[in-house]
Amino acid sequence: MRYLTARKRAEGLGAAHTGTEHHWYMTVSAVGLALIVPLFLFFFGRALGGTHDEVTATFSHPAMAILTLLVIFVGLQHFRRGAQTMIEDYARGMTRKVLIISVTVLSYGLIATGIFAVLKIAL
Amino acid sequence: MADVNRGERPLSPHLQVYRPQMTSISSILTRITGNALIVGVLLIVWWLLAAATGPDYFAIANAFVTSWFGDLVLTLSLWGIWYHYLAGLRHLYYDAGKGLEIDTSEKLGWACIGGSLALTVITLLII
Repeated sequence: MRYLTARKRAEGLGAAHTGTEHHWYMTVSAVGLALIVPLFLFFFGRALGGTHDEVTATFSHPAMAILTLLVIFVGLQHFRRGAQTMIEDYARGMTRKVLIISVTVLSYGLIATGIFAVLKIAL
Repeated sequence: MADVNRGERPLSPHLQVYRPQMTSISSILTRITGNALIVGVLLIVWWLLAAATGPDYFAIANAFVTSWFGDLVLTLSLWGIWYHYLAGLRHLYYDAGKGLEIDTSEKLGWACIGGSLALTVITLLII
């Protein structure tokens, strides 16, 4: 037993040491996504249901390819951190670690797959 | 006792502790929609990968994505993204220290729900 008060032990620890950076990232990415997501919804919705030629033609357009790459990359980074926060709120110990690693792997996997697909269609 | 409870820190209060209110429901819906959107993203990335692979594989993915089940998932995702969108804007507004009065925040909650439904219908009509 150490003679430390609870306050002394808690002082300076904060929640996770990285809260400010996280919050600011979510703010910046939210504003960025707010600008591009409506455009993406519109053009993706238009493309959905088309033939293979129509779909590849849509995503071959430079503006559409760039828009899609941005939505995939920024959207999934936003998801990765948001999902991590949810996990940190509801899980602890080994479960928390496994879930955070899973979400990270899934997010980067989808980013890489999405980027590969769009570039292969567009280039 | 200073050395009790190391590593067993409390988690967020459980949802069932509180009486449901517009503010709490609209907040948890933001989290649910945001995280559930991964299902729609999975479908779309798969669909894009199939389009990049070739017409044969695209036919398989496209049949699934445009089936009734795919339509259901993507329509729910559309509502989810619009809800998350409006709730996110509300979050930015809250962050600026505005709209935090009980009356205003409850109205903003209804605005997120009503607005997201309206935007979903509008999007479905114009695409």
